[in-house]
Amino acid sequence: MTAITAELVPERDVTYERSSVSHFATDVWVLTKRSIARIRREPETLADVTIMPVIFILMFAYVFGGAILLPGHGSYHEYLIGGMLGMGLAQTAPGVAVALVTDMSTGLMDRFRSLPMSRWAVLVARSIAELLTQLIGAAVVVCVGLAIGWRVHTGAADVAEALALALLFGYAFTWVGVCLGMVLRSPEAAQATGFIIFLPLTFVSSAFVPIQGMPGWLQPVAEWNPMSALAAASRQLFGNPNPAASVHSWPMQHPELAVVCWSVAIILVFAPLAVRQFRRKVLG
Amino acid sequence: MSEAPAILAEGLVKTYGKTAALAGLDLTVPAGTVYGLLGPNGAGKTTAVRVFSTLLRPNRGRAQVLGHDVVTEATQVRRMIGLTGQYAALDEYLTGRANLVMIGQLSRLTANAARRRADEMLERFDLTEAAGRAVKTYSGGMRRRLDLAASLIGYPSVLFLDEPTTGLDPNARAMTWEIVRGLADSGTTLLLTTQYLDEADQLAGRIAVIDGGTVIAEGTPDQLKSSVGGEHLEVALARGADVEAAIVAVRPYAAGRVQADEDGRRLSVPVVTAEGLTTQVVRALDRAGVPVNDVTMQRASLDDVFLSLTGHVPAPAEDTSDDEERSVAA
Repeated sequence: MTAITAELVPERDVTYERSSVSHFATDVWVLTKRSIARIRREPETLADVTIMPVIFILMFAYVFGGAILLPGHGSYHEYLIGGMLGMGLAQTAPGVAVALVTDMSTGLMDRFRSLPMSRWAVLVARSIAELLTQLIGAAVVVCVGLAIGWRVHTGAADVAEALALALLFGYAFTWVGVCLGMVLRSPEAAQATGFIIFLPLTFVSSAFVPIQGMPGWLQPVAEWNPMSALAAASRQLFGNPNPAASVHSWPMQHPELAVVCWSVAIILVFAPLAVRQFRRKVLG
Repeated sequence: MSEAPAILAEGLVKTYGKTAALAGLDLTVPAGTVYGLLGPNGAGKTTAVRVFSTLLRPNRGRAQVLGHDVVTEATQVRRMIGLTGQYAALDEYLTGRANLVMIGQLSRLTANAARRRADEMLERFDLTEAAGRAVKTYSGGMRRRLDLAASLIGYPSVLFLDEPTTGLDPNARAMTWEIVRGLADSGTTLLLTTQYLDEADQLAGRIAVIDGGTVIAEGTPDQLKSSVGGEHLEVALARGADVEAAIVAVRPYAAGRVQADEDGRRLSVPVVTAEGLTTQVVRALDRAGVPVNDVTMQRASLDDVFLSLTGHVPAPAEDTSDDEERSVAA
């Protein structure tokens, strides 16, 4: 260890004179790079959007699929991908929660708070990293789908709309994850709570099985489940079998609008909650 | 700004529900010093550091760092401070170097400057070899060093070290002390909290003893020690020595009441230090025919200071229950 001598920060080395917009952009970029670096060092952190969807697609296509009869006799493989897309994207929310809780509980957030950086950048960078993760997840679902025989029977505009709806949906769930991350205290709790929320959300929906096969009392729950809306919208836009089209409830008749409404509603509820918690805990 | 103290606190109050973590804390830390905040768990040390480092807003009172208010001028304050908390605040999955570069850039260094500074810090803290490894593979001592490096990367003028050696093994502890001494020599102001009296004694030029969220004593370690009775001579009598004769013999040199322990083998003689005093006392005992094994000069330790100020010895790290009660009472 060398001797430590008095030191002052050289003026050309600091960016104090830059605008606050430039500072904010730097902070967001540095923190986004951090999340990407983490993914590159440990690609297994992406298991929830890569390996999990592959396993689910293969299981449902080749194990359970044979036992699931679609009203109208469409291909289950084609039916499946619209549902998987929603699951794959919403699935990332617990990951956001875990990442935020980890930063809070290890003291890293305190370090950030003691630096002359923008604290909002922490949240913005996290949501950008999440969007990247979701894009990867969507790409995996599409690729595996193509491999098992899923095809699009419509045009590019419809596919683009389906993907845009899926990402909006995923973005809404990012806020659910942020909210969980602000409220829960340990990464384990965040993981477990995410599981408890997303398991019923995914399975009590038309993501994997047609609503028509569920008991009558459960059908309204599945019809109004946002996951069903995204599944129905995707199937419709891809030109895949969509048995829900014959279900007479508003979200199943207007699945695209329902996805937008649900996403906006989720953002309107969870974003202010998350921001309020963030203000209290991080902005202090 | 050079006349402004590094840290100034006036009547700081921070309450959590009914518990007052800070109950009117006043503190002045001159620039360029190593200042120790000494107190048991729950005394309010960490709360004070969190207020000074802009992490917590006080309910009442005000605090400044180098003349800037920690609430209204938080950004200026954040440009001048470094913080090392009780736990290494690092991204476990990034490499050591990536952590430092990230924190450097977030401290408003340019990307190039942050990289240069990171390499300089890795070198300084003997971490160059481990620089490319993820932090989660680091040992406790290495983490602590990287954490210190991270808090120094933005060229802070004031560095807060919150219990920097808690939970470290003796080797890592000695290393941290060495680093702190080096920083002190560089002119950085250090505010160090500790519950270890010897640590404050070893490192700090001035000490504030805090308990129940207020400063109950302040001064140099020497001032604090002499405020509780100063020095005394410990006389160990040989077997069969006449205790009464010994007390009579040393009495002319005592500055207070001479005390003998229960089995009459030890005398404690309060004295005012003077040249050759120990020799004179030995000779007086010899003239009186009292055989002696040992005569040593004892100075009050900070333990004695602490005991006399608070009425209890510092609590061990795990035991926080009664400290919380004390905070409530305060």
